[in-house]
Amino acid sequence: MILRGIGASEGIGIGKAVCIREKNLDYSSVSYAGREAEKRRLQETIEKFEAQTGSMAGQILERAGQKESEILTGQIAMLSDPFMQSQMAEMIESGQCAEAAVDQVCTMYAEMFAGVDDELMRQRAADVRDLRGRMLSILLGAGEPDLSRLPVGSVLVIHDLPPSLAVGLSRENIAAILTETGGKTSHSAILARALELPAVLGVPKAMETVRDGDGIIVDGSEGVVMLNPDQLTLGKYLKKQAAFEQKRAKLEVYRNRETRDADGRRYALYANIGSAAEAEAAAQAGAEGIGLFRTEFLFMDRAKPPAEAEQLEAYQAVSRRFADGEVIIRTLDIGGDKMVGYLGMDREDNPFLGHRAIRYCLDHPDLYRVQLRALLRAGAEQHNIKIMLPLVTSLEEIRGARALLEQCKTELEQEGHPYDREIRLGIMVETPAAALIADLLAQECDFFSIGTNDLTQYVMAVDRGNARVEKLYTVFHPAVLRSIRSVIQAAHAADIPVGMCGEAAADPRLIPLLMSWGLDEFSVGASQVLPTRAGIHRWRAEEAGQAAREAMSLSTSSGVQGYLEAIARP
Amino acid sequence: MVSAKTRVVNPQGMHMRPAQLLVNTLAVYPCEVTIHFGEKAVNAKSIMHLMAACIKQGSEIEIECDGEREEEALQAALSLIESGLGE
Repeated sequence: MILRGIGASEGIGIGKAVCIREKNLDYSSVSYAGREAEKRRLQETIEKFEAQTGSMAGQILERAGQKESEILTGQIAMLSDPFMQSQMAEMIESGQCAEAAVDQVCTMYAEMFAGVDDELMRQRAADVRDLRGRMLSILLGAGEPDLSRLPVGSVLVIHDLPPSLAVGLSRENIAAILTETGGKTSHSAILARALELPAVLGVPKAMETVRDGDGIIVDGSEGVVMLNPDQLTLGKYLKKQAAFEQKRAKLEVYRNRETRDADGRRYALYANIGSAAEAEAAAQAGAEGIGLFRTEFLFMDRAKPPAEAEQLEAYQAVSRRFADGEVIIRTLDIGGDKMVGYLGMDREDNPFLGHRAIRYCLDHPDLYRVQLRALLRAGAEQHNIKIMLPLVTSLEEIRGARALLEQCKTELEQEGHPYDREIRLGIMVETPAAALIADLLAQECDFFSIGTNDLTQYVMAVDRGNARVEKLYTVFHPAVLRSIRSVIQAAHAADIPVGMCGEAAADPRLIPLLMSWGLDEFSVGASQVLPTRAGIHRWRAEEAGQAAREAMSLSTSSGVQGYLEAIARP
Repeated sequence: MVSAKTRVVNPQGMHMRPAQLLVNTLAVYPCEVTIHFGEKAVNAKSIMHLMAACIKQGSEIEIECDGEREEEALQAALSLIESGLGE
């Protein structure tokens, strides 16, 4: 049987299922032992909780890091709130047992946090619930499941992985994690990646489907779970697992290194992200900065656009996480395949050629200014934010955006808000028009980043979603490669840096070409950071130059692709 | 009773760590401390209430102290908030 979920931490775990069910925290049979006795029980429980949590926080700090550890020290701080404690005491005074006092007061606070309009604060609700559960289990003597005692090769199956349980996670005995809730950016996912435990999250009804002792394969790279696999499947995955482990071990040496080719020339290697929370995963994956922060996800799945303060918070969080690096933030790229309901955008016959991205934003300055102001303010602290305009085709668009930006600066100056006066403004080069006039555009912007996905689609005039023409969509077509080369040359002639943030940046076959043309920065998905660093390290400038000259002398896509595959260095 | 207006300047606003610092600082003063933020009146000695109020950077707030050592408490709160709450 095959289950599907979100591949949240790469790798393959094979073992026996251990289902961790919710503990029975029913306290209806607990009788009231009197005011003083109940208060004493509560006090003892609080002390026990603090001692346990403090030691867990210490262990987590060593194994996973500061951020994970602070989740637990935060719980101690919450519980020591004198008002929360006096509310519990009042309930005991009124004749309720300590369990009821903890349950009701915590539930009240969890609901309070769940209702606020601040994403980070809403996450506190999960902390209060975790706190409630553990206080109740200490009171009831229910005991915490001790994950470190599970047999070797256990695959953890659980509804949700609370931070307090994560402390017992270890690769020594846990083969993989499977949960019913959570996504790529949840606490569980971040922790699983930090500990390099394969994890598939968000598998609906996993707890009902999987039984204790079931043979189970968790493929965290693909987001697939095999339940009671046959010998053939098992054999296949054992091989896949061995190959993955070998590859991981080889890449590991590149984690804390700079990105350099075999001659020692330095390149910037950044990551692409779609939310502030992904910045953490990118940093852990070894990225040196952010080459593309897609901001449209901040605007989607909601009833109205995010306010300046909310945007500021998201941009600032990423800027701080990469305080020593750069953070390139792309302004709102909506339209085409990405519609936002509340903006009232009309359906268009040709959305990819329509009123989208910079075109839409310049026509809606009220919406755009909020974003530009948030970006300017977010840059005040670290001065590492760069603003990138999507889908630019003309100088007028850069000038239009720059005029708005200057207007925002004046406003911020008058209002007394700190902002980055020298914030850099660049463009995503992803249209044939921009590629052809790259020399002109380079005069008026501070950097380029080549978006190869859209550039390929527009240069080749092909809809990659249309199966009948899909094969024409290839970055190896000489027209696409020549465009990329001339954009890099134009940037260098104007002395501005040029990066690449499309899928092509992570394609090992293209590395010698991009290197020899002088691309300054590669921006790739978090999981591609180490492979790309390793890929760059395999080439010397002279060899890459030869490969590039040879490839560019070929006249067909298949010729170029065949040649690059033949000389690829895996 | 004494009170004064100020602005939250630290980037994180009243998140876990800054809120913790404020609560710990105020704990030594016997008086009641209330922060008025928009229409909310928040007990400044409770980390839970401080966080749930979602007071962000740039927010204007009024601090009100009432009771024993109120003047000292007000000055301590003001200087801590204006110095960026440890950030």
